[in-house]
Amino acid sequence: MHIIVCIKQVPDSAQIRVHPVTNTIMRQGVPTIINPYDLFALEEALRLRDEHGGEVTCVTMGPPMADNALRKCLTYGADRAVLLTDRFFAGSDTLATSYALALLIKKVAENWGEPDLIFCGKQTIDGDTAQVGPGIAKRLKLLQLTYVAKIEEFDLEKREITIHRRAEGGIQVLKTKLPCLVTMLEGTNEMRRGTMGDALRAARSEIITWNAAAAGITELALCGLKGSPTIVKKVYAPSPRAEKAYQIEVEDKSVDQICEALIGEVTKRQPGLEKDLVKTSSDY
Amino acid sequence: MNDKAPAPAAPAAGGTRASAKKELPDHLKSYKHVWVLVELERGVVHPVSWELMGEGRKLADQLKVDLCGVVLGPPGGTEKAVADCFGYGADVCYVVEHEALSEYRNEPYTVVATELVNKFQPEILLLGATNLGRDLAGSVATTLLTGLTADCTELAVDADGSLAATRPTFGGSLLCTIYTLNYRPQMATMRPRVAAVPVYVPGRTGKIIRHEVSLPEEDIITKILAFLPDATSNKSNLSYADVVVAGGLGMQNGDNFQLVRNLASVLGAEWGGSRPLVQKGWITSDRQIGQTGKTIRPRLYISAGISGAIQHRVGVEGADLIVAINTDKNAPIFDFAHVGIIADATKVLPALTESFRRRLAAASTLSAAE
Ligand SMILES: Cc1cc2nc3c(=O)[nH]c(=O)nc-3n(C[C@H](O)[C@H](O)[C@H](O)COP(=O)(O)OP(=O)(O)OC[C@H]3O[C@@H](n4cnc5c(N)ncnc54)[C@H](O)[C@@H]3O)c2cc1C
Ligand SMILES: Cc1cc2nc3c(=O)[nH]c(=O)nc-3n(C[C@H](O)[C@H](O)[C@H](O)COP(=O)(O)OP(=O)(O)OC[C@H]3O[C@@H](n4cnc5c(N)ncnc54)[C@H](O)[C@@H]3O)c2cc1C
Repeated sequence: MHIIVCIKQVPDSAQIRVHPVTNTIMRQGVPTIINPYDLFALEEALRLRDEHGGEVTCVTMGPPMADNALRKCLTYGADRAVLLTDRFFAGSDTLATSYALALLIKKVAENWGEPDLIFCGKQTIDGDTAQVGPGIAKRLKLLQLTYVAKIEEFDLEKREITIHRRAEGGIQVLKTKLPCLVTMLEGTNEMRRGTMGDALRAARSEIITWNAAAAGITELALCGLKGSPTIVKKVYAPSPRAEKAYQIEVEDKSVDQICEALIGEVTKRQPGLEKDLVKTSSDY
Repeated sequence: MNDKAPAPAAPAAGGTRASAKKELPDHLKSYKHVWVLVELERGVVHPVSWELMGEGRKLADQLKVDLCGVVLGPPGGTEKAVADCFGYGADVCYVVEHEALSEYRNEPYTVVATELVNKFQPEILLLGATNLGRDLAGSVATTLLTGLTADCTELAVDADGSLAATRPTFGGSLLCTIYTLNYRPQMATMRPRVAAVPVYVPGRTGKIIRHEVSLPEEDIITKILAFLPDATSNKSNLSYADVVVAGGLGMQNGDNFQLVRNLASVLGAEWGGSRPLVQKGWITSDRQIGQTGKTIRPRLYISAGISGAIQHRVGVEGADLIVAINTDKNAPIFDFAHVGIIADATKVLPALTESFRRRLAAASTLSAAE
C-alpha cells in the first residue's frame, strides 16, 4: 500500500506580527511549523500503514527551507519525503498549487507506486482556503472525502473505504472506492511521538528535492503567478471603531447596583429585547 | 501561496499582482448575472444562502443584471426553497431535481453545478463557506479553471464591474481584497453570519428555469450509508443565537465557567468562549467564537474575561450590542464593545444572573396578567 500525505510548512501564526505603520507581515524570524491540521492527516496515514503495511510518502511544494517540515515528518515515521521547489511556483493561488501538487503526485506515483490514498489537512492556518484538497482530487480525477472525522473501515482487498464526514447538523457515513483523497478534520487523533529509530533515520535521510523540470512540470504558464486566476489587489488594516465603550460607573457602587445600571443600559439600547427574552428564557 | 515567495496577500507581492490588468478573453464576455448556490439539505436551506441572496442582490443591482438562485434537490423537494429564493430577492431560479441530488454528494453536485455554469454562463457564482460550500466550490472552480476566493466577509463590485471579494487574513489582523479579472465565473465563498438575512417578501415571484440531467446512480461511486444527526441537546446554535454569553481566560478556571452558562440559561441564550478555553478543555471546539471558530451576530453579546484579541473581535463585530466585563481598563475589548464594566467577572456574573432572573420573572408575571 502507498499513501501520500500533502503537508505545508506555515509560519507559526501565534508569532506573526503586523507592522503597525506599513501593514506588512513581519515574517522575519517567525518560526515555521508543519500546518497543524496536516498532522491529523499524517497520523491517520501512519496508523493505516502500521495496520495494513506499505509506505507513507510526504510531499510539499514550498521554498527550499520547507525541507525542515518534511524532515520532521520523517521523525514521526513517514517513509519518504519529497520537496518540490522552484521559483516558477512563486505566487501560486490554489488553482496553480493544485496543478503543481497533482503533477508532483503523479511523478511520485511513477517512482514509488500508485497511491491508494492521498491525505490532506482540512485547511492551512495561513492561506486557510480549504481549496487545495478538492483541487488536487479534481485534477487527478479522484474521488474526494472532505472533513473526515473518522475512518470507519478500510478494506484494501475490496478497495473500499467507509468514513464519517462532518456535515451540517450531523455526520454523513460515506463509502467509496480506492484510490481517493481524504481531508482530515482536526481533533481526530493524536500525533505519535515517533521512535528513536525514526529520529536517527530522519537525521540521516536525504529529502528528495525536485525542481519543476525534475517533477516533469513543463507548462510553466500554469504555475505560480501566471497560472493563478486570483489577484490580490489590496491589503489593509480593518478600520478601528470611532468611540470606545460607554463605561458603567463602578466606583462606590454595589455589584447589584452595577447590574441594575447595566440592564438599564441594555434595555435602553435594545428596546424590544426584554420582551423577547421573557419568551425564550427558561430558568427563573 | 506557496512559501516560495511572499504570499500574494503580503503587500510585498502586491506590486506584480495588483498591477494585473483586466483583459477578459472574448468567449468569456457573454458571462452575465449573479448566481447563489442554495444549500438545500434534508429539506432545509442553510441560512447562509439567504445571507448570500442579500449580498448578491446588491451586486446584481449595481451590475444591472439578474440575481439567480440555483436549487438542487430530490424530485418534488425543491418547491419551498425556490419560493424562498424569490422571497429573499432572486429574479430567476435554476432548478435541478434528481434522486441523486437528494443528499449532498460531491460527484453529482459538481457535475450538475459545472453543467449549469457552462450552459447558462454566470459572471459571478457565490456559495457559503460551509463544509458543503467549500467542498463543492473547490471542485467546481478547478473543473472550470477559474479563480475562487475563500471565506469572504465582504463582497462588492468595483467601478469596472469586477467582483471585489474581501477576506480577513493572518487571523483578522489584515484584510485582503481579491479579484478574478480574466476568468469567469468569478467565484467566492462567504462566511456564515457576516451578512444579514434580507427582508423576506412573501408572494414575490420570478422566472423558474428547469434543467434536466442524467445521473445514473450506478455511475456515482460514493454511496451514502447513513446520516447520523447530532444530538440536539449538546449542539450549539451559536451562529444564529439572539443572545450570546461568552467567557475567556479571565474566568480563571473551568469551574467558574459555569457562571457563564448560568447567565446564558436565564437569558435563554447560547454560550461560548475564546480559543484558549478550547485548548484548556473548558469548552468544546464548536463553542469557540472568533476567526477560527464561530462568527456570531446576536442582538446582545455579553463577554466576560475576554481581552478582545483581533481573532476574537472579527467573530463578534456583527453583534448589535456588545457588553464587556473585564478587570483591565485598557483591554482591547473596550475598543469595540458598546458598553463596558471594569470589574471582576466572577463577581458580576452571578449578580447579573440574579438581576436578570428577577427582572424577567417580574416581566413575565406582568405579561401573563395582561
Ligand atoms: C492570506 C492569504 C489569502 C489567500 N486567499 C486565497 C484565496 O482566496 N483563493 C486562492 O485561490 N488562493 C488564496 N491564497 C493563496 C493560497 O494560500 C495558496 O495557493 C496556497 O499555496 C495554498 O492554499 P492554502 O494555504 O489555502 O491551503 P488549503 O487549501 O487550506 O490547504 C488544504 C490542504 O492542502 C494541502 N496543501 C496546501 N498547500 C500545500 C503545499 N504547498 N504543499 C503541500 N500540500 C499543501 C495540505 O494538506 C493542506 O492541509 C491566499 C494566500 C494567503 C496568504
Ligand atoms: C491563528 C489564530 C487564530 C485564533 N483564533 C481565535 C478565535 O477564533 N477565537 C478566539 O477567541 N481567539 C483566537 N485566537 C487567540 C487570540 O489571539 C487570543 O489569544 C485569545 O482570544 C485570548 O483569549 P482570552 O481573551 O480568553 O484570554 P486573554 O487574552 O488572556 O484575556 C483574559 C482577559 O481577562 C481579563 N480578566 C482577568 N481576570 C478577570 C476577572 N476576574 N474578571 C474580568 N476580567 C478578567 C484580563 O484583563 C484579560 O483581558 C487565535 C489566535 C491565532 C494566532
